[in-house]
Amino acid sequence: MDIIKQPWPWYIAGPIIGLTVPALLLLGNKAFGISSSLRHICAACVPSHISFFKYDWKKESWNLFFVLGIVIGGFIATLFLSDPGAANINQDTIRSLKHEGVRDFSGLLPQDVFSFKQLFTLRGFVFMVLGGFLVGFGTRYAGGCTSGHAIMGISSLQWPSLVATCCFMIGGFAMTWFILPYLLKL
Amino acid sequence: MKNIKFMIVGVLFGIILVKSEVISWFRIQEMFRLQAFHMYGIIGSAIVVGIIAIQLIKHFQLKTINKEPIIIPEKKFHWGNVYGGLIFGLGWAITGACPGPLFAEIGSGFGVILATLLSAIAGTWIYGLVREKLPH
Repeated sequence: MDIIKQPWPWYIAGPIIGLTVPALLLLGNKAFGISSSLRHICAACVPSHISFFKYDWKKESWNLFFVLGIVIGGFIATLFLSDPGAANINQDTIRSLKHEGVRDFSGLLPQDVFSFKQLFTLRGFVFMVLGGFLVGFGTRYAGGCTSGHAIMGISSLQWPSLVATCCFMIGGFAMTWFILPYLLKL
Repeated sequence: MKNIKFMIVGVLFGIILVKSEVISWFRIQEMFRLQAFHMYGIIGSAIVVGIIAIQLIKHFQLKTINKEPIIIPEKKFHWGNVYGGLIFGLGWAITGACPGPLFAEIGSGFGVILATLLSAIAGTWIYGLVREKLPH
């Protein structure tokens, strides 16, 4: 049980994530992808006569069950399979983040950035609300996210997914190195 | 309920995301600062396993459990892959989460991330609203 409760190494987690690809294909011809669920939620709840949301989302409802499963999995893993504590990250990362203004390193997310108390501050709004908006807008514009492009797309050797994945990384590097230090000071 | 099996795969996937700390904002920072191999190892080994699995499926012409031939949807290039990809990358480094981890974080008890998820849904909705005006 001790081994299970510790964080799992990349060489266990990565291959199991990779197996999601054939699992979904074999179980019903489903292409691994998570950001589509956001589109289905729009189509189901607020289609508003927008042509992009006029399709039979019920045919894609497997995807909503899949993401509901992810929520449940997060619950199970945290409640029953984990010892609470900080992520075991590189000391250099901690040092630079401290320098940039992050104070809390006790959990998986810094509570001084991501919490209900921070939601109505400028910094909290940028990190939680604006950040989420960019994720939802960008993934749909790109036609997929880390799962749909980086894992499913590259696994099926499709070069547009490799292009998209490179752009994800370029955007992430640009934000982390050049913009994030200013956002953390808001 | 033919969708329950997909929910079970989702549960396993969510457990992995938490247990390997993929849902941690700090892990994503570490990745973008090139200060750890962890995230690169996870994504890289997932891709290697995915490539091998799809090659095996094609080679043996495996069928689904309902005996249907397996179809892998084609991704056609459009400039949204670039522009949208860059925008998502900016957001990924801020939130420290792509869409999968957002769901797993909510399940893990980070209730405030519901605001991030709602905002991501709003972002998708706005994309649907303005997509004909965007370069693709």
